[in-house]
Amino acid sequence: MSDNPTPAPAPIRRTPLNSAHRRLGGKMVAFGGWDMPVEYSGILPEHRAVRERAGLFDVSHMGELSVQGPQALDLVQHVTSNDASKLHLDQAQYSGLMTAQGTFVDDLLVHKFTDRQYWLVVNAANCDKDFNYICQQNRFDAQVVNLSEDFSQLALQGPAALKILQPLTPVALAPIKYYWFTTGKVMGVDCIISRTGYTGEDGFELYFDPAHSERVWYGLLEAGQPEGILPCGLGARNTLRLEAGMALYGHEIDDTTTPLEAGLGWITKLSKPEFLGKHVIERQAAEGLQRKLVGFEMIEPGIARDGYPVLHQGQPVGHVTSGGPAPSLSKNIGMAYVPVALSESGHRLDIQIRTRTVPAQIIPLPFYKRAR
Amino acid sequence: MAYPNTFRYTTEHEWVAPQAGKAARIGITDFAQHQLGDIVFVELPAVGTELVAGQAFGTVESVKAVSEVFAPVSGRVTAINTDLVKSPELLNSDPHGAAWMVEAELSDPAQAAKLMDSGAYETFVAEQDAAAH
Repeated sequence: MSDNPTPAPAPIRRTPLNSAHRRLGGKMVAFGGWDMPVEYSGILPEHRAVRERAGLFDVSHMGELSVQGPQALDLVQHVTSNDASKLHLDQAQYSGLMTAQGTFVDDLLVHKFTDRQYWLVVNAANCDKDFNYICQQNRFDAQVVNLSEDFSQLALQGPAALKILQPLTPVALAPIKYYWFTTGKVMGVDCIISRTGYTGEDGFELYFDPAHSERVWYGLLEAGQPEGILPCGLGARNTLRLEAGMALYGHEIDDTTTPLEAGLGWITKLSKPEFLGKHVIERQAAEGLQRKLVGFEMIEPGIARDGYPVLHQGQPVGHVTSGGPAPSLSKNIGMAYVPVALSESGHRLDIQIRTRTVPAQIIPLPFYKRAR
Repeated sequence: MAYPNTFRYTTEHEWVAPQAGKAARIGITDFAQHQLGDIVFVELPAVGTELVAGQAFGTVESVKAVSEVFAPVSGRVTAINTDLVKSPELLNSDPHGAAWMVEAELSDPAQAAKLMDSGAYETFVAEQDAAAH
């Protein structure tokens, strides 16, 4: 017996589309405290649908935090690594929520609604942690409001996304550039329509009142039917983002990794006067990195999985952060942290797969880039 | 998919199909492939490997997960299904037929008779399904 009683586990959470997922035959799994579909028809067909046609994801588990007030920008600038002062109205940016040690509390999207209101879209499993952290850091004339319960979020992704969504809204979608957003009605429902995603494809993310979740979900599936749309689960979301070389919190990035190590120098603006952890990142930039995130492909049969050791001349030098088959590339790929001296493309390393060591070769990220 | 009534089944969702003499084929069940999802990689033991009932002898990987396959019975591997290594998706389409994994010479053919028959296995997986919902 322990002197410290273990707290009761938090109840599993469900999005407003939980029963819709079950009706569609979704295979449900626990993910970050949420009961979510991992697949419906299968990860491979869902993956292909998004690359070739369209897929629809329920990502209502994601968190939305509003930072608002006269000094909203100052608070956002203080806690994030990218430069939110460069955002125009209706523009979004990818950024890091930073610790004072220059590591990640989370990664997120910053949306600028007005000079006095920004939205941070954060990972489901981190939402409460992020909210508390930002509140703790708030020494500004700003309020932080957790809007997560007030919004459903759907991601319509794939080359046919625009064609499917356009007839359902009076908003002209084509002029919305990548990482910009607007507001307008979709099937009569007030939505934030953002040209963003986590798949490496064109697409839109819609945020709206959860009361309309089934209407928008089924409406999009029906409208996309002629294009071959499929409902897609977290399994395909992961293979798609892995091919696109996008980081997943808890895998490529966490509170032990810095943006420079993760290859996210582009979201780290040392030109900003101040942000949490900036001095650590500056020092790292000046002194050079010890390790770096790389992409690799297996050059003999074998699938690298999260956590597998990476070997160089028989010695462990790092670990796989994410790995698996790349359905659109017909090879097995992964990302890993390795010493900088071993991080050049073309370098050979071995992956320890159970009792075997299987050779892999470092290749440039991203693995997959869509033709534009 | 029906579970052939000439096969025997384990609680780990492997099957063993007796052939002539002491020979038998071994594979995983339709329930198992459905649980795993799209199968993309299969690792089988070398011919001559000794199988020990209850111990892992191979690996099946879906897009998302790695699963060990346990020997339903003891014996020595006499053949492996090289078609399956080349086309792991056979496990999704024909788990009880074309996707057999290994052929073995059983140490004790009576061992298989102690496993579940098709009726008992169907009841077992129905309970597993009920527990999952």
